[in-house]
Amino acid sequence: MQSRIPGVARAIFAAALLGLTTQAQAVTEIQWWHSMTGKLNDIVADIANKFNASQTEYKVTAIYKGQYDESMTAAIAAYRSGNPPQIVQVFEVGTATMMAAKGAVKPVYQLMAEQHEKFDPKAFLGAVYSYYSDTSGNLISMPFNSSTQVLYVNDDAFKKAGLDPNNPPKTWPEVEQAAAKLKASGAACGFTTGWQSWVQLESFSAWHNVPFASQQNGLGGPGTRLEFNGPVQVKHIQNLADWAKKGEFTYKGRKDEPLAAFTSGECGMITTSSGSYANIKANAKFAWRVATLPYYADVKGAPQNTVIGGATLWVLNQKNPEMYKGIAKFFTYLSSPEVQEKWHADTGYVPITVTAYDLAKKNGLYTERPGFDIAIKELTNKPPTANSKGLRLGNFVQIRNIIDEELESVWSGQKNAKQALDEAVKRGNEQLDRFDKANM
Amino acid sequence: MEKRVVFQSRWLPYALLAPQLAVTLVFFFWPASQALYWSLLIQDAFAARTQFVWFDNFRDLFNDPHYIASFQVTAVFSILVTVIGLTIALLLAVFADRVIRGARLYKTLLIWPYAVAAAVAAVLWVFLLNPTLGVLTHLLRALGYDWNYLLNARQALILIVITAVWKQISYNFLFFLAGLQSVPKSLIEAAAIDGAGPARRFWTIVFPMLSPTTFFLLVVNIVYAFFDTFAIVDAATSGGPVQATAILVFKVYQDGVQALDLGGSAAQSVVLMVVVIALTVAQFRFVERKVQY
Repeated sequence: MQSRIPGVARAIFAAALLGLTTQAQAVTEIQWWHSMTGKLNDIVADIANKFNASQTEYKVTAIYKGQYDESMTAAIAAYRSGNPPQIVQVFEVGTATMMAAKGAVKPVYQLMAEQHEKFDPKAFLGAVYSYYSDTSGNLISMPFNSSTQVLYVNDDAFKKAGLDPNNPPKTWPEVEQAAAKLKASGAACGFTTGWQSWVQLESFSAWHNVPFASQQNGLGGPGTRLEFNGPVQVKHIQNLADWAKKGEFTYKGRKDEPLAAFTSGECGMITTSSGSYANIKANAKFAWRVATLPYYADVKGAPQNTVIGGATLWVLNQKNPEMYKGIAKFFTYLSSPEVQEKWHADTGYVPITVTAYDLAKKNGLYTERPGFDIAIKELTNKPPTANSKGLRLGNFVQIRNIIDEELESVWSGQKNAKQALDEAVKRGNEQLDRFDKANM
Repeated sequence: MEKRVVFQSRWLPYALLAPQLAVTLVFFFWPASQALYWSLLIQDAFAARTQFVWFDNFRDLFNDPHYIASFQVTAVFSILVTVIGLTIALLLAVFADRVIRGARLYKTLLIWPYAVAAAVAAVLWVFLLNPTLGVLTHLLRALGYDWNYLLNARQALILIVITAVWKQISYNFLFFLAGLQSVPKSLIEAAAIDGAGPARRFWTIVFPMLSPTTFFLLVVNIVYAFFDTFAIVDAATSGGPVQATAILVFKVYQDGVQALDLGGSAAQSVVLMVVVIALTVAQFRFVERKVQY
């Protein structure tokens, strides 16, 4: 609570300061609020600096505004006080909130058309584009950092267990067999997962072409109902629960915490974000590889394509139309193949356009780093269906918390998969009702 | 006759009170009234639409069995934090009061944790007790105790209680130490000459004379446990496993700041406010009677 007031005050102050500087200088300043830390922060600043050096009319200033939820709250507070930043980076769970605010955001497709910037929707990777477009296929926010889910395998642990690392498990039953052998070879943990809701339910549903929610997983607007308590999801969660009982699957936390259990060598396999590549490379003291996300071979249509996570850049409505020109130019620069290929190689996030992917292939990035392209292959495996375009749920932050809670009740043996998922759907639907009520 | 200060001017007393009144009004009454008002609204994050919904937010809350359950968690958590925190701090203060050599060093070290931010304190303890990497976890495992607060509700509660207590001990310690130092030495010496041992001297002289301090700390600690601990929960457990550590104030923070449901969050803070006011009134009515000033 306490930290909010200074945040708002700072936002107002920064915005006021911005108002002064724009009048004083000929160069129009564009503020870009983001949540990238550490090395990523430097890379973001570098992108802005290079754009600034490429032309003289506009100056993009990248400002770190705290974690995803903090920068989003700060941007909304700044908007409410009448001085929004020009660009704000918002994580995927905030998409519905941003999109519902029709008067507050400038859709990217509109911006690019009005400013006559070259903009080709077909150039984007389908699964990236569809997550952030409306039902008519218009892009609302600019994709920036996107990742998807992959399986990481500890080669050394596999060899020790008599498994062939060149032939990593492709299906979930094979994952279980491998986990059992890892356990038998003395490993403390066979398999774990990061971001359980995102990997084991959200993307799992898309990968098996079953709905997570009605209305094309919420893309179709209000009145959405959750549907992730279907037979495919229940079977999978129950399997994980059974494997947890046998000690083959070990729960290590809701978000990114489980990664440490893989890099330390404790768990032989992990399903988590493709964006963890650099972290594992820096910390793992064993041979490892990336493999495709497992699926159930008996589910019709599987594997379909995975969904992304990450964040996009939103343009907030500006009083000064001058700003839009600069933002549009910056977006053109940002989505150029060279910038995207470098971003992809430096960070491990997927490139947002097909041309950037082709450039990375041409540059030999994937022969140099085997498995680095598996994420893109999963995303482009098949053209996205209604079940795999993406998810757009109101109060998604609360819904993810509810899913985390209910899954924990499964791992600890208090509920079975069916009970827990039914309850999560029921509680999640209440959150959707609340959101519809606030936004209708 | 009662001693009375009589002001010559009529406005002077009000002028002297004005700064304090202004601070109270601006920083306490105004936000509280805003919370009351907001709790009756449903609004989208960008404030594009605001609806007055009377008590819908409260109805939603009390229809949610998980919200009701978090009252119980909060009660257990607050009692543990207050009782353990006060006991350890008193013990440390009594020892520090008796130490002659290096007293300043001990006191300084004991005061340190107060300077640590709540979230940082939580991260420190998570480092020690992380199920994968924690140093203490390895120790516990070696002793044959399976420590995994990610799935064990009781252990998760223990983790946040330890963190919250550790963080507050310095504050309690300072007040207890000051309280101990104001106990007249002559009384204690007299009791010693009469043959009372250290334990007897403590319970019959020192502890009763400390009662105003203890009462003050009791109120402050309960308020601390209710309001100031959300950062610890957020950094350590995020309310899990299931809802084992989802205390009321954490939900206020989560729904309001992280999830931008301002109406729902305001309603929760009003509920919390009512609970704490009731508790404070109860303490002043029933506990304060036993305090000897």
